[in-house]
Amino acid sequence: MRTIYLDNGATTKIDPKVLEAMQPYMTEKYGNASSTHHKGQEAKIALEDARSLIAKSINAKPEEIIFTSGGTESNNLAIKGLAFANSRKGKHIITTNIEHDCVLNACKWLETQGFKVTNINVDKEGFIDPAKLEKAITKDTILVSMIHGNNEIGTIQDIKSLGEICRRKGVFFHIDACQSYTKTEIDVRKHNLDLVTINSHKIHGPKGVGALYIRKGINITPLAHGGGHEQNLRSGTENVPSIVGFAKAVRIADKGHARQMVKMRDYLIEKVLKIPETYLNGPSGDKNGDRRLCNNANFRFSYVEGEAIGGYLDAKGICSSTGSACSSRSLEPSHVLMAIGLKPEEAHGSLRLTISRFTTKEEVDYVLSVLPGVIKKLRAISSLGGF
Amino acid sequence: MQHGQYTKKVLDYFKNPKHAGDVKNASGVGQVGNPVCGDMMKISIAVKDDRISDIRFKTFGCVAAIGSTEALCRIAKGKKLADAKKITSKDIAKELGGLPGIKMHCSVLGADGLKKAIDDYEKKQRGKKTRK
Ligand SMILES: Cc1ncc(COP(=O)(O)O)c(C=O)c1O
Ligand SMILES: [Zn+2]
Repeated sequence: MRTIYLDNGATTKIDPKVLEAMQPYMTEKYGNASSTHHKGQEAKIALEDARSLIAKSINAKPEEIIFTSGGTESNNLAIKGLAFANSRKGKHIITTNIEHDCVLNACKWLETQGFKVTNINVDKEGFIDPAKLEKAITKDTILVSMIHGNNEIGTIQDIKSLGEICRRKGVFFHIDACQSYTKTEIDVRKHNLDLVTINSHKIHGPKGVGALYIRKGINITPLAHGGGHEQNLRSGTENVPSIVGFAKAVRIADKGHARQMVKMRDYLIEKVLKIPETYLNGPSGDKNGDRRLCNNANFRFSYVEGEAIGGYLDAKGICSSTGSACSSRSLEPSHVLMAIGLKPEEAHGSLRLTISRFTTKEEVDYVLSVLPGVIKKLRAISSLGGF
Repeated sequence: MQHGQYTKKVLDYFKNPKHAGDVKNASGVGQVGNPVCGDMMKISIAVKDDRISDIRFKTFGCVAAIGSTEALCRIAKGKKLADAKKITSKDIAKELGGLPGIKMHCSVLGADGLKKAIDDYEKKQRGKKTRK
């Protein structure tokens, strides 16, 4: 059976050129970047080249980039590390009600350590109202942490306006850019960013590697203590092959890919919405991929359940995901879909399709030829809707 | 997607249900669950000579919910009412070759749905008798 992979929000396939770039660092160039001999220096050069390239991609300086094991670690280091290092200034943190679990749970844990957390509610499309953010900031606030491009519904926050407020109010601004990185502009100077989480496996790089941008001069307490790697902020021998792969993936990604994905996404959305009683979750009317992630489409179909849709699609080789309660470990519908005001029964019928630059029109057409029949069949056996 | 944890039987029943739909002029109907929690099932039965001569389901729900109601129908069809009432969630899970722990509630709902359908039938029967 052929595979049509439309779950690129979960992870992506490695670009063959990325794999090729990584391979020598697992075979001949296996040195430890901390070693002073030539094998070590070979690795060190590759590591620093990768750092420079990634720094440049967000208009940062190389020394402002710390490599980590991925988005989860970068978010934890940013939020907990900043909170501990700055707790004398204040103990209040602001985040949103549409965060990835790693931010949500890092903040929850900080509450057990004496910090206070405010969750700002987003609007129906998943946007944060800058006025709401401004009002939420108190004298005790040290950090505002928010997801830049939402992994479920694709909403891209207006970080320029939100960053301006944080800078003016003198609070640190962290964004989780795992989904948005390389898909829409991130410029740490222009956007007033203090901390930025990025990772590799969403952009056709290897899994288990990411980075945190930390603006020069900001104090962070490390989570892992050890040999003092990564400016003493993240000890442990650097994962050079993966870091090289990460940088290669960044080098390959370009604006043309995003434009191409916007077109494909909008074609997919337009056709899927022709299925009766079908709705788009998240922002509509995005033209340039700056309000909605260029690879994200999220639908809800009345009277049917998302895991069942995914099950039928999977039987036809199509990989998708859902925010339905039945598919989650907690048996609760996705908190993001609830945050944009969906009723639980609406959230159950959600289906996320996330494309990549490798997705072809022919693949999308195949999905479009299968999906209406799947919905029809499930509606025919559903106890809702009177079909 | 959680269907990676499902047995072949669950997936087969889910993909090719033989009992989806409504029994026409049903002798009894039972509805359980609600759309808020994500699974809602309707079981309709035809009763002849105290046996379930036909049974159909309509399910709004996940892979396990649809698979469970199909399994229930297969177990219950042809059974005497007294025996059909004894069908438990365990019987359904067994017929499916097992369900992920978190999905066991789906099989519980199916069994409850059938009991409600039989209750509905028996209530109607009593109604008929008293009217005579
Ligand atoms: C928005 C967002 N943040 C954080 C993560 C976690 O990243 P990682 O899987 O690299 O730990 C992900 C992806 O899973 C994500 O989509
Ligand atoms: Zn279920």
